[in-house]
Amino acid sequence: MHTPGLTRPRLYWCAVAALGLLVALGIAAYSRQLASGMQITGLSRDIAWGLYISQFTFLVGVAASAVMVVLPYYLHGFEAFGKLTVIAEFLAVAALLMCLLFVFVDMGRPARVLNVLLNPSPGSLMFWDLLVLAGYLLLNLVLLRTTLVADRYGVPLPAWVRSLVYISIPWAFGIHTVTALLYAGLSAKPAWMTAILAPRFLASAFASGPALLIILALILRWTTRIHVEAIDKLGEIVAYAMTANVLFTALEMFTALYSGIPDEAEHFEYLFVGFLAPWAWASTFLAIVALAILLVPKARRNAMLLAVACLAVVGSVWIDKGLCMIVAGFAPTPLGDVTEYWPTLPEISIAAGIYAAGSLVLLVPGRWVLARREQQ
Amino acid sequence: MDRRDFIKTAGLGAFGLGGAAVGTALIRATTTKPSREVVRAKRWAMGIDLRACAQHPGCRKCIDACHAAHNVPSIPEPRHEVKWLWKATYERTFPEQVHEYTTATTREQPVPVLCNHCANAPCARVCPTGATWKRADGIVMMDEHRCIGCRYCMAACPYGARSFNWQDPRPYLHTVTADYPTRAKGVVETCTFCAERLVAGLPPACVEACQAAGFGALLFGDPDEPGAEIGRALRARDALRRSPALGTAPQVFYLV
Repeated sequence: MHTPGLTRPRLYWCAVAALGLLVALGIAAYSRQLASGMQITGLSRDIAWGLYISQFTFLVGVAASAVMVVLPYYLHGFEAFGKLTVIAEFLAVAALLMCLLFVFVDMGRPARVLNVLLNPSPGSLMFWDLLVLAGYLLLNLVLLRTTLVADRYGVPLPAWVRSLVYISIPWAFGIHTVTALLYAGLSAKPAWMTAILAPRFLASAFASGPALLIILALILRWTTRIHVEAIDKLGEIVAYAMTANVLFTALEMFTALYSGIPDEAEHFEYLFVGFLAPWAWASTFLAIVALAILLVPKARRNAMLLAVACLAVVGSVWIDKGLCMIVAGFAPTPLGDVTEYWPTLPEISIAAGIYAAGSLVLLVPGRWVLARREQQ
Repeated sequence: MDRRDFIKTAGLGAFGLGGAAVGTALIRATTTKPSREVVRAKRWAMGIDLRACAQHPGCRKCIDACHAAHNVPSIPEPRHEVKWLWKATYERTFPEQVHEYTTATTREQPVPVLCNHCANAPCARVCPTGATWKRADGIVMMDEHRCIGCRYCMAACPYGARSFNWQDPRPYLHTVTADYPTRAKGVVETCTFCAERLVAGLPPACVEACQAAGFGALLFGDPDEPGAEIGRALRARDALRRSPALGTAPQVFYLV
C-alpha cells in the first residue's frame, strides 16, 4: 500500500540518517569537551551560562506547554483536542529529554551529577527543578504509553489515567515556574530578579509550545492523510499567550527604564544596544509580525499565514529565551565589566546533536503511530 | 570518593555490621579535630585598610602569597582565569560611592577583592549538592570533590568571587605547594579564608604576607573577641562593604 509523505520509507530513512549524523557529530564534540574541559565553549568567568542553559530554559517551556491541549481536553471536555494530546505528549517527552541532556552537558563534572540526589539540598532551586522535571517526564511517559496501548487495542483509557492527568496539569505549570524561580531569586542578577519572570516564562511557553504543535500538525496535514482538527482553536491560544508575553515583557521594561535604576536599566541597554542587539531587535520584530497576524481572526484562520505567525512566535521566543535572556543576565558583571559571549562551533554541534536526538525521539515512535493512524 | 564520603560510607558499613561503637570511633578517629582558635572564633572577619593599602599601589604580596599557598594557576586568558584574591579599582568595587567630583586618583585606586564570606551567602544557598556551604564560624567553605560544576554559585555570587576551572589548571602552575591540593578541570573554587591555616592556628596567607612586609593593611580575627585588633578598628573607623543593600552581610570590611 502506498503511504504518502512522512511515512514514506525513503524520506523517513533519509531524515533518520541526517539526524543520526547530527547526533554523532554532537557526541564527537561532547567527547572533546569531556577531554579538554569547558574551555572549548564560548563561556567565561563573566558569562558562566550560555547556549546550553538557554536551550534548557526554552525547552522546559515547550514541555510545559503540552498542558495547553491537555487541559481543555480533559478539564473542559474539548474533544477536538483528542488527537493533539498525543502529539503534545510526544513533544513534551522529547523536550524533557532534551532539557535533561542540556543540563547534563553543562556540568563541569558530569560523572558526579547524582550528587544532586545523594546530597539533597532543599534550599537550592536547582535541586527542586531537577526533581519536578524528572517527575514530569515520568508522568508523561506513563500517560503516553497508556494512551498508545489503549489506541493499539482500541480499548478506552483506564480510569486512573484521569487522576494522573489532573496531577500533570498543575505539574506542567510547576516545571516552568520552578525554572523561573531558579533565576528570579538571585540578587546578583537584577535582570532576572523580577516577580514577572515566572509569568513571562509561562506566557512565552504557552505561545511557543502550541505554535510548535501547530507547525507539526500542519506538516502532518500537508504530508500525510492525517487531518488534525482544531488547529484554529490552538491558534487562538497562541494569540492570547503571545499577547500576554509581549505585554509582560513591556511591563518589565517599563519598570526598569522608567525608574532608571542603573542595575535594572543597564541590562536592557546592553540587550538593545550591545553585542546581542541584532538578536534582541530580531526577536522584537518577529513578535510584531506574529501579533499582526494572530490578532486578526481572518488572517489567523488562513493556514499559510498561521504557519508564518507560528514560525515567528517560535523564532521570537527562541531568541528571547534560548539566547538573550540568560546571556544578557550576566552582563554587565558585578564589577561592571562587559564580556561578550558567542557559542563556539563545538558548543553549537553539541546543542544541534541534542536537538537531533530529541527529533529522533519524536520521529521514530511517531512514525509507527502515524502509520497505524493512516491505516485506520 | 572524597574523605567526607569515605567517612560516611565507612561509618554506614560499620553500623551495618552491627558495630555502632566501632563506627563512631572510626568517625572520631578520622575527623580532623578543630583547633582551639577555630572553636573560639564565633565569626571570622577581615578588615582591609584602604589607606594603608594605597601606600603600596603596585604591591602584590597578598595575592602572590595566597595563590602560591593554594596552587592557584596563572592562566593568561582572562576569560578562563582562576582568582582567589585580586585587585580591582575603587570605582568598580564601590560604584555607589563614586560621584562626579570623585578624583581620578580615588577612582583608580587598587582595592583587594576576594570572597566576602557573606553571613547570608547566596552561593551556599543555591548550591544543589552542598559542595559549598556556610560553616558555623562564618567561613564559606568549598568541597571541590563534591562540586558538579553547574556554576549556579557563580551566577548567584554578587561579587564575581568564584572561579570555574574551564580547563585542567595544573599545566598553569609554575610551582606546586605540596601542602595544599591542586584542582582538576570542571569544578568551582574560591577563597576559604585559609581554613587549613586557621586550623593550625595561623592567620590567612594574605594577612601574614602583608604583616610580614610591615604594611599592616590586612586585619583578621573575630571582631566580637575582646581586645581583637579588627574589632577595635571596625568600631573606631568607617568601613565599607560591597553592595550592602543586597543583604548578603559581607564579612570583609574596607576601612576608609
